[in-house]
Order: sequence, then C-alpha cells, then structure tokens
Amino acid sequence: MSAPRHASSTAIVYALLLFAALIVAVPVVWIGAAGFRTQISLLTGELFFQPTLASFSDVLFSASSDFLMNYRNSAIVGVLSTVLCLVLGTLAAWSLDRLDWPRWVVHLFLGWALVFQMMPPIALAEAWFGMERAVHLDNTFTGLILAHATLNLPMAIWLMGVFVRDVPGELVEAARIDGATGPTLFWRVVLPIITPGLAATTVLCFVFSWNEFAVALNLTARDTATVPVAIAKFAQDFQIQYTQMAASAALSILPALVLLLIGQRYIVSGLTTGALK
Amino acid sequence: MALTGSIDTAAATMPRRRGRNEEPYWRWLSLSPALLLMLAMGVLPLVNLFVTSFNDVKWSAGSAIWTFRGLSHYGELAGDPLVSAGVVNTVLFALGAVAGQMVLGFILALFVSRIPKGKVFFRAFFILPILIPGIVIGAIWKLMFNFDFGLINQIVGAIGIPQQDWLGDPNLALLSVIAVDIWHWTPFCFLLFLAGIESLPRDVFEAARIDGASVWQEFWRVTVPLMAPTIAVTFAFRLVLALKVFDEIYLLTGGGRGTATQVISYTLYQRFFVDDNVGYGAALAVAVIFVVSLLLIAGLSARRGGGR
Repeated sequence: MSAPRHASSTAIVYALLLFAALIVAVPVVWIGAAGFRTQISLLTGELFFQPTLASFSDVLFSASSDFLMNYRNSAIVGVLSTVLCLVLGTLAAWSLDRLDWPRWVVHLFLGWALVFQMMPPIALAEAWFGMERAVHLDNTFTGLILAHATLNLPMAIWLMGVFVRDVPGELVEAARIDGATGPTLFWRVVLPIITPGLAATTVLCFVFSWNEFAVALNLTARDTATVPVAIAKFAQDFQIQYTQMAASAALSILPALVLLLIGQRYIVSGLTTGALK
Repeated sequence: MALTGSIDTAAATMPRRRGRNEEPYWRWLSLSPALLLMLAMGVLPLVNLFVTSFNDVKWSAGSAIWTFRGLSHYGELAGDPLVSAGVVNTVLFALGAVAGQMVLGFILALFVSRIPKGKVFFRAFFILPILIPGIVIGAIWKLMFNFDFGLINQIVGAIGIPQQDWLGDPNLALLSVIAVDIWHWTPFCFLLFLAGIESLPRDVFEAARIDGASVWQEFWRVTVPLMAPTIAVTFAFRLVLALKVFDEIYLLTGGGRGTATQVISYTLYQRFFVDDNVGYGAALAVAVIFVVSLLLIAGLSARRGGGR
C-alpha cells in the first residue's frame, strides 16, 4: 500500500496503533506488576504500591514450591522434543520432496499431517494416556517428549517442506556429480542452505512445546509437571494465591520474551511461511 | 566455464528417478523415523480410541479390566447435556472469536502497512500475545476479570458503569472468553494479513487511483479481492485452532457458569479424565475426530470447487 495522502491521517493511524499496542501491553504489564504486590495491595487495588519480591521468592525458593523444577522440566521437554521434531521433520521433508517417492505416498503423508493437525490434543491425550500406561511411559519425560514431538511434527514437515523446495536442483546435481550421495549430500549441501528454515522451525517447536498444556496436564505427575501445569495448579487452589500466580505467570513468559528479542525475524518468517506458502 | 557446461549437460541427461535407483536405503532411512513416530503416536492412538470406544475399561492394581459394551457409548452421546452444550458453545466461540480477530487483524494490518516508520516495531510488539502460553493468558485474564480487584472492573467502575461478574455471569461468560481469545489471536491474523498486503502488486493500486477510485472503493474492489487467498488461509488456520480451544477455558471458567462456556474439548477432558469414564470418553473422541475429518473434506472440496 502507498503512503497516506495527508499528514493528519498518518497521525490518526499512529494514535490508533499506539492504542492497540496499549491494549496488548496493559494486561501483560499489569500481571507483571501484580507479581510485585502483596495480596492486600492487589485486593485494595491501590495504583501506587511498595514493590516487594516476596511472591517471586516464594514461587522460586520456598520449600513448598516446585516452580524451579517445573521450569527445568519444561526446558528438558521443550529442547528434546524440538530436537526430535527438527531431525525427523527435516529428513522427512527432504525425502518427500526430492527422493522420488510415488505421488500417493507424498499425498498420503501430507494429508495425514493435515488431518492430524485438526484433532483436539485432548482426544489424543486420552489414547496416549492409556497406551503409555500400558508400557509404563506415563508420567515420564520420554512420554511427554514423544507426545510433543508428535504434535509439532506435521508443522515441522510442512515448514521445512517450504524451505526444502527452494533448494536449487542444479546445486544438488552438481554435488552428486562430485560424488556426494544420500546422507553426505543432505548434511554437507542441503542443511547449510536451509538454516533459516531450521531456525524458524526450532523457535516455533520450542515455543509450542513450552506453551502446551492439555497433554502435559494428563501425561505428567508432580515430578514431571511442566510450567503451564504448575500455573494451572495456582488457579485451582481453594485459596488462590493471586500474587504468586501473577509472579509465576510473569516468569513463564520470560523465554518467549527472550526469543522475541533475539529471534523475531524467525518467528515472523516461521508463522507467515508456514501458513501462507 | 567448462565445469558449468558439464554440469548442465549432466543435469539434462540425468534420469529423474536417480534417487530411487541409486539410494533406496537412504530414501527409506530418511522418511522412516517420521513415519514410525506418526504410526506409533498418531495412527495407533486412533485405533486404540476406536477399540476402546466399544468397551468399558477399569484400572485396578495396574492392569486394565475390559467389558464389551458394543455401540452403547455412541448411543449415549446424543443424550449427554455436556456434549450438546459443548457443540453449541464451541461453534459460537469459534465463529465469534475468529470473526473478531480477522476484522481487527485486518484493520491493524492495513494501518501498519500505511505508516512510513515503525513497521518493524509494531510487528514485533503485536506478536507478543501469540507467544504467551494459553494457560498464562488464562491466568492473566482471570486476574483482569476478577470481580473485586480486576482491572476491567476498576476501569468500568471509573467510567460509571455497574461492575460485572465477567466470568461468573452465565450471560457474560462466553463473551468474556471470546474477548480473551480475540486478544490472544488477533496478532496472528494481523501478522498473516500484513505479509499478504505487503506482497500485493503496487501497480494495481496506482491504476485504481488514476481511475479515481475512492479509498473505500479501493479497499472493497481491489484490496479485499486480491487478499482473498490470504483471508481464506487465515480463516482456516484460526478456525481449526478455535475449535480445539481448551487451556483458556480450563483456567478461566472450567466450562461454567453452569454450562455457559462448556466447549467440546472440555467435555472430552471431563468425561475421560475427571469422571474416569474411559470407554465413553473414547467414543466421544472418535465422534469429534470424525466430525473434524468431515469438516476438512468439506473445506478441501469447497476450495477445489472454488476453482483454486
């Protein structure tokens, strides 16, 4: 679109955008601030308050709080399920696009990925719960890692497929003539070209695993519970510890904020290419 | 030069089925890990759900006791008040939330595409809600909507409107939850629409302007038709996610007040995990997955029928 025709309309547009930004920011800032309040200060709703670190230190260091462990659990599950997803997804995307599978195999695989993406995770959690219980994987990291990798795999294949399709065919043929085959070709020639795609997929897989709740709720126990499961616990207590809930919510957003600051480019490219191409 | 020449000839004479002929092991090796995971964790669960749905399963001392029930679980679905409420509320929720997000997202995208400076800043800033866990969104808005000290009631009180029990009032609960979802996902629509708008050909707009089109005409006759594919894709993405909504409902209302915000994913959770009604829960899951597949087929054939 072209530049607006009048300076005054530009000013109005800026004003409306700033207002929208305010609507996005206020709830997040407010909850962050609530973490620094005392319960009484929050309940009276005073605008200016004496900030205290009590809730944060309760959440992080009190003997009755598991939050640091939940944080560690989320990191373990997030990192390992992302690695799994990335390896399987990239290999599958390359295989389906370039290794001359019959068309029906490609269609079946991608069609299945599409159907799978539409199923409510809670329906899958039902089946996983029973299956993992039967093989004693319930309440283990392995069980949740496999589940998260499965949930994110269709997206990873889809996204990497877009980037793999852009690998120039002449380059691949040239490498073949130089004697590179199969895994060597993939590792030495293809991977370096698709690193932007790998970055985008990594960020999205990790964020989605970090955020996932419905499956984690049902496949974990106290010692494997992830951050979202822990936060939900706060809200269910008979006496809700509002300030602690706010503090843990604020802490749980930190990884996303860091990723937004360092990997904004990849998040945008991941979300838009994943959806629009 | 000579090298390039030889590559060109080689590429031209190279049979296209090279991969299949010379690297059969690699071909299988590269696809089978994903295939295995999808079979074990994707297809097998469906079979498991299907089989379970004809039975009652009770766990005692670490082993399952199965009782065959035939089709009776499927018969019970129609009479389950949580199922009917779940279907109605899921549809209302999805339509309301997605419509709101798409309209607001489009407006924001149009605005951001028009500003001379600060595009990158606004785009980064508006992404924030997409990255926040759904459960945290729930926690944030549970505090925001709190009757006694929530910011919403403080603002409402300051303007002089009577304070509301946003999540507890059966007439307001679903609207409140829809508002939260709009806050959460408008940024996603915005992001896709902005990418779509920025890839539109400029000369069409120049031509429209030379022909004397008003801003309004330009929007309806040029922008919207050109954006139709992006709009369709965004709608599909958001609809699928909205139909699966669980986290926010779990934390904000737990399906209440009464069944005012009972969505189908929450019914699944209650019947299977809370009531421990494994066979019936599986039947419900199979029914939901069946309907979802029908939707997908309808969507794909509509797209094909639309000539694309």
